[in-house]
Amino acid sequence: MSTLSTNSSKNLDAGQIITDSPSYWSSVRSNLKNDPVTIAFALILLSLLLSAIFADLLAPLDPYKTNMLKRLKPIGTEGFLLGADELGRDMLTRLIYGGRLSLLMGISPVVAALLIGGLLGLTAGFVGGKVNMSIMRVMDVFYAFPSVLLAIAISGALGAGIFNAIISLTIVFIPPIARVTESVTTQIRALDYVEAARASGAKSLTIIRVHIISNVAGPVFVYSTSLISVSIILSSGLSFLGLGTEPPQPEWGLMLNTLRQSIYVNPWVAALPGVMIFLTSLSFNMMSDGIRSAMDIKL
Amino acid sequence: MSETILEVQKLKKYFPIKGGILNQTTAEVQAVDVIDFVVARGETLGIVGESGCGKSTTARLLMQLIKHDDGEIIFDGYAVGKSGGITTREMRKRMQMVFQDSYSSLNPRLPVESSIAFGPIVHGVNKSAAQKKARDLLIKVGLNPELFSRRYPHELSGGQRQRVNIARALALEPEVLILDEAVSALDKSVEAQVLNLLMDLKAEFKLTFIFISHDLNVVHYISDRVLVMYLGRVVEIGDVSAVYNYPKHPYTRALISAMPSMDPKKRTEAVPLVGDPPNPISPPSGCRFRTRCPFSEDICAIKEPILIHTDLKKRQSSACHMGDPDSGHSRTNLNGLPK
Ligand SMILES: Nc1ncnc2c1ncn2[C@@H]1O[C@H](COP(=O)(O)OP(=O)(O)O)[C@@H](O)[C@H]1O
Ligand SMILES: [Mg+2]
Repeated sequence: MSTLSTNSSKNLDAGQIITDSPSYWSSVRSNLKNDPVTIAFALILLSLLLSAIFADLLAPLDPYKTNMLKRLKPIGTEGFLLGADELGRDMLTRLIYGGRLSLLMGISPVVAALLIGGLLGLTAGFVGGKVNMSIMRVMDVFYAFPSVLLAIAISGALGAGIFNAIISLTIVFIPPIARVTESVTTQIRALDYVEAARASGAKSLTIIRVHIISNVAGPVFVYSTSLISVSIILSSGLSFLGLGTEPPQPEWGLMLNTLRQSIYVNPWVAALPGVMIFLTSLSFNMMSDGIRSAMDIKL
Repeated sequence: MSETILEVQKLKKYFPIKGGILNQTTAEVQAVDVIDFVVARGETLGIVGESGCGKSTTARLLMQLIKHDDGEIIFDGYAVGKSGGITTREMRKRMQMVFQDSYSSLNPRLPVESSIAFGPIVHGVNKSAAQKKARDLLIKVGLNPELFSRRYPHELSGGQRQRVNIARALALEPEVLILDEAVSALDKSVEAQVLNLLMDLKAEFKLTFIFISHDLNVVHYISDRVLVMYLGRVVEIGDVSAVYNYPKHPYTRALISAMPSMDPKKRTEAVPLVGDPPNPISPPSGCRFRTRCPFSEDICAIKEPILIHTDLKKRQSSACHMGDPDSGHSRTNLNGLPK
């Protein structure tokens, strides 16, 4: 036993710090700094967001003003930088204004679903047992449908309109967010630090607040960001089908639909709203991927 | 103040194994199958046994992290969770636990100071007082708070993290500390330092230890008494010197003879343990050790040897028919066996 009773136990580690490693968040920050692709897409998103917010200042013309003489003018026409649509409205103006509704309809369902689905998943994961079973079985029923069909079906049942489209997309995104939250929560709940917190006599709500949410938030948040890209496409799709916004409101999906007939006359102008949808969706996707790898999250 | 701080009576835990489409219970793991023991105030009770014998389950049952199926836990004379007794919360304030995995037992998103201060804050201590307490405890466990209090778990070594975990467990000023393989994952030299720290803290704070380990050397070093578990049951309990020098149960003998020893005179010719322990889902009838025991007889399959050892003055007890002259086993003089 002599090997065990070596020198005194106190102050042995006091001076040694194995590595002067940075804290978690500063290492995430430096990972992001070294990732130009993610930064580029984040900047694109930022400019899209700002141009939607400040559309009144940026847009050259009135988005509702029709001009029969300018119908379907090509890109680069004098005074109509990106051409004009089938009613002679300025495309650039309508694309800028269109960002407002498209982003609103793309982002708000995910935010709402994050709140509701996150709460459901957290509850299911933390409580476990029968509560988990009942919540997750209901989620599975919704999850079994392809999201496009589900969105169309619910929107169709609720009727056209922005608000109804947002509700239907929220319902579409609750199950996947709840699932991810549930699986991360279940994983974390079983860790020893949660056991230790319970052993210290903390109530469940305190444990969730201090120990669970801080560790579940990252992965769930990153996952939700990746859903925004899907949501942008789905909401445009609903508008395209006449289930979201209604004419003459500028919205990318709806614009794509009304320009559809002109595709042989002026394909470049007709494709512009699609480009915007694609660019926005891609940017959200790339950004969430970049953040995920910077945070080293495995889903 | 009684001499016994903790008494465990007929404690039992079976884990259901779910399966099938209806998710019904298809089998049960008999993780802890009716155990009795007492812990004296101020002692260190070692718990040893092969992996999977129910040591951690016992620890979690004591902390009430999992609910027992049956039995009773009596803390300082009060039944835990019973009317007229004390609540689980009251008991947890007085009994704390250190886990094996030093990393997963600290929240990666909290600086270690906050992890230590969490318990006191939960029990109503204000934030700044709790933080001061955390810093004082860091000093007690040999970590300089200037350097360590704001650090995150991944910035510390295994030994440093385990010191933090010990500080966290002490933050509620418990009387009993359960250490579940608390040093097993550490390097030998670090392990020795942390063991010495534990002994110092025990003396300073007048603690009672329940020290769980699969390492018989370490348990020998730190414990006053030792409890040997096999497949969810207690097979032997007693003073360390008695159990290590004169093991009565064939399982204890096998364990001790398998201990690596530097002293050639101590090397024994006793039969070493062969094979794995049986499945705890369907353990052998009667004596659970009989399938690996060289002295197994018919009686061992029929009759279950009982061990009830609640008298702290008794030095040693074992759950073996060979220790009981009336059991019907042909060898009933255990001490006459070749050691
Ligand atoms: N949550 C659980 N569910 C099902 N079986 C479990 C659970 N926890 C432990 N067990 C089983 O109970 C037995 C005892 O485990 P444990 O107490 O961890 O053993 P030890 O700590 O002595 O290695 C093992 O067979 C283990 O597989
Ligand atoms: Mg264990």
